[in-house]
Amino acid sequence: MNQQLPTNGLPEGQQLPEDLKKNVFLTTVDNVYNWGRARSMWPMMFGLACCAIEMIAVQAARFDLSRFGMEIMRASPRQADLMIVSGTVSKKMLPNIVRLYNQMPEPKYVLAMGACATSGGPFKEGYNVVSGIDKFIPVDVYVPGCPPTPEALLYGLMRVHEKVFKQSVKTAPWYRKDQLNEPVPQPVLGPDLYNPKDREALKKIAEAAQAANQG
Amino acid sequence: MTAETIATAQATAAASHPYNEVVPGAVLEATKTGLVVSPDRIVELARYLRDEQGYDYCSMVTSIDWPQYFEVVYYLYGAATPKDALVLRVRLTDKANPVMPSLTSVWRGADFQEREVYDLMGVRFEGHPNLRRILLWEGFEGHPLRKDYKEPYFEEESKPFKSRHPDGAHQWAEDRVPWKDNVSYPVGWDPDLWRSPEVQYRRIMGVDEATGNGDGLRTERILVNMGPQHPSTHGVFRMVIAVEGENVVGLEPEMGYLHRCHEKIGERNTYIMNIAFTDRLDYVSSMSNNLGYVLAVEKLMGLQVPERAEYIRVIMAELTRIISHLIAVGFLFNDLGAYFTPALYGMRERELILDLFEAAAGSRMMCNYMRFGGVMADLPAGWVERARNLVWNRLPKVMEDFENLLSGNEIFQSRTHGVGVLTAAEAINYSMSGPMLRASGVPYDVRRAEPYSIYDRFEFDVCSRPEGDVWARFRVRMDEIYQSLRILKQALDGLPEGPIMPPGKKQYQVRVPAGEAYARIEGPKGELGFFVVSDGKPNPYRYHVRAPTFINLTSLEKMTLGHKIADAVVILGAVDIVLGEVDR
Repeated sequence: MNQQLPTNGLPEGQQLPEDLKKNVFLTTVDNVYNWGRARSMWPMMFGLACCAIEMIAVQAARFDLSRFGMEIMRASPRQADLMIVSGTVSKKMLPNIVRLYNQMPEPKYVLAMGACATSGGPFKEGYNVVSGIDKFIPVDVYVPGCPPTPEALLYGLMRVHEKVFKQSVKTAPWYRKDQLNEPVPQPVLGPDLYNPKDREALKKIAEAAQAANQG
Repeated sequence: MTAETIATAQATAAASHPYNEVVPGAVLEATKTGLVVSPDRIVELARYLRDEQGYDYCSMVTSIDWPQYFEVVYYLYGAATPKDALVLRVRLTDKANPVMPSLTSVWRGADFQEREVYDLMGVRFEGHPNLRRILLWEGFEGHPLRKDYKEPYFEEESKPFKSRHPDGAHQWAEDRVPWKDNVSYPVGWDPDLWRSPEVQYRRIMGVDEATGNGDGLRTERILVNMGPQHPSTHGVFRMVIAVEGENVVGLEPEMGYLHRCHEKIGERNTYIMNIAFTDRLDYVSSMSNNLGYVLAVEKLMGLQVPERAEYIRVIMAELTRIISHLIAVGFLFNDLGAYFTPALYGMRERELILDLFEAAAGSRMMCNYMRFGGVMADLPAGWVERARNLVWNRLPKVMEDFENLLSGNEIFQSRTHGVGVLTAAEAINYSMSGPMLRASGVPYDVRRAEPYSIYDRFEFDVCSRPEGDVWARFRVRMDEIYQSLRILKQALDGLPEGPIMPPGKKQYQVRVPAGEAYARIEGPKGELGFFVVSDGKPNPYRYHVRAPTFINLTSLEKMTLGHKIADAVVILGAVDIVLGEVDR
């Protein structure tokens, strides 16, 4: 982080008075803003499956998530910055996960923990399993493993922090009127999981079937 | 065993079966794998078996899809006085519309299991009080465990998939299917016209039953939804609770949010592939799951396990029990408001035991350690010393800490005594198992009642408490940790040298003769059963898991009624559910 700090924030040719140099710390707004966000990133208390146990292990004594200022797990999505999708996403659960994601305030990040959340994992072929949460909500960091070791999850969290440090308050989409984030369309449990992106294609098939019935 | 061989199996003269003298025409055939019972007389026969013959415990209900008929299987035991298994089989030849009477009026423990059979196999149970889907959602099309059901990603009947061998030509599942995703819609289905069927919370919605406080005022009944994303439901579990004021007047558990199609995938896997999947059932105690599954397949194969492997298995299973109980106790306190401190102590000790697992199996959590006939690898050098240090020095001190800090706590005492009471008779009738059953004063432990592996060699007590409340469940779990330590000491002392697998070449493809086997073990959370039907092929024909916590949830409403809503959380915490196992 040090190399991102400007050596001198003053206009060209000006020097800081000697007595101020020891008391005033100059940096950019982005750095302070991102430092604050990365060091107090509250994950949502949200366990899906086996990976949730390793997530708890990361919080516990040996791995100690508090070192990153992340120990406060929030049960309410309204207070959370980071969603750790820790486990298999089933079709029955998916509408709830999308709703939780939509309820999280910006800026928000998603970490797909483990093989199941990334792609469906060992259960991919199952009739009730979604092949990866990224089919429905945007994912920032994927952590492989089944389940990932706590060290792997910590590494993934550090990558989320890196991502935070690359953002700038000037270009952050959540402060821009023209880039308002639309909520992710809500999937529906029909005869099978209904993904709203399939609507047009399904309508065409339905109309063709109806026409065939009448004809 | 194919349907033909069952039908022509050596049967005793059914007419002369002793049960037929009491309930005429009930037993159609007595096969080696149980009594084939007429669906018309089964309720009568079941009542007789429960009241006169001592088969008071309906352990497992499952179903098999044979080419000619559906078969519903009931495994009965005696819990008050231990009895060997009696298997009732009902054959439903009308494959288009399979219907049979429900046995919930005889054994309440059949409630959720019959719903599961209805959900996944499509057998309807007449007279069931609440027959609707349990693991999948209302409106789902099809019954997945039927043999003619094909998933969207269906590739081949059985693994390993030939299309990928020998040249490993793999194609993404998404690229093969029409919707580029794991979905399939009925032809002509219009999403705009779709209305989800409304779930009738029949039993708990009835406002006419609202009683009020006895002062003539009618209290409004409110439905409170807890979960599936709730900090105190231990995962993705959902309860719908009807409350009048603070009092719970109705409760309905909703599950299936982690239904990972374990059984359908298991029927396509080869036998050895399933070991890794059993790890992910009850993900807190993977070693126990391994043990239960390999015991079932070994029963079919008739394998002899070498002495050293048996000892290693027992050591691993008991270490797993300690992890599971420590976490159960820690998170029970979480639910009571001791926010995370006791759980953190439990997790700390868990890490030490997981280090041992990692050293032996190579993985912390999903150990995948047991194999048919033995274990995967021998213990590394120094392992036994580390385990001895843990068992003799570390864990007894930790238990002392737990007792000092937790057991005597005044808030804990007042919140748990008399909360969620189940009497012994109720616990048996609801098919409770494990610490739940023993806390209701039934000293029933599979390790004692039907010893498996080498448990008959060890000295240990079956922990039991008469109270039947949350306190008793906590106490039983704590006492069982002491007993596990006792077994561990004997096993570590007696651990012999020798091979860890039976002689012969290591096999990836085991040959399992046709037949049917049910193995049950005393898992940390209760009676964990694996039901395997083989037809001689490399894949099981039917594979079913008797998940203890799934069945223990049957009594959740019974335990919670009349208590405050805050106690519902504590009662659920004392059941100690793990959703991977509840939903499978």
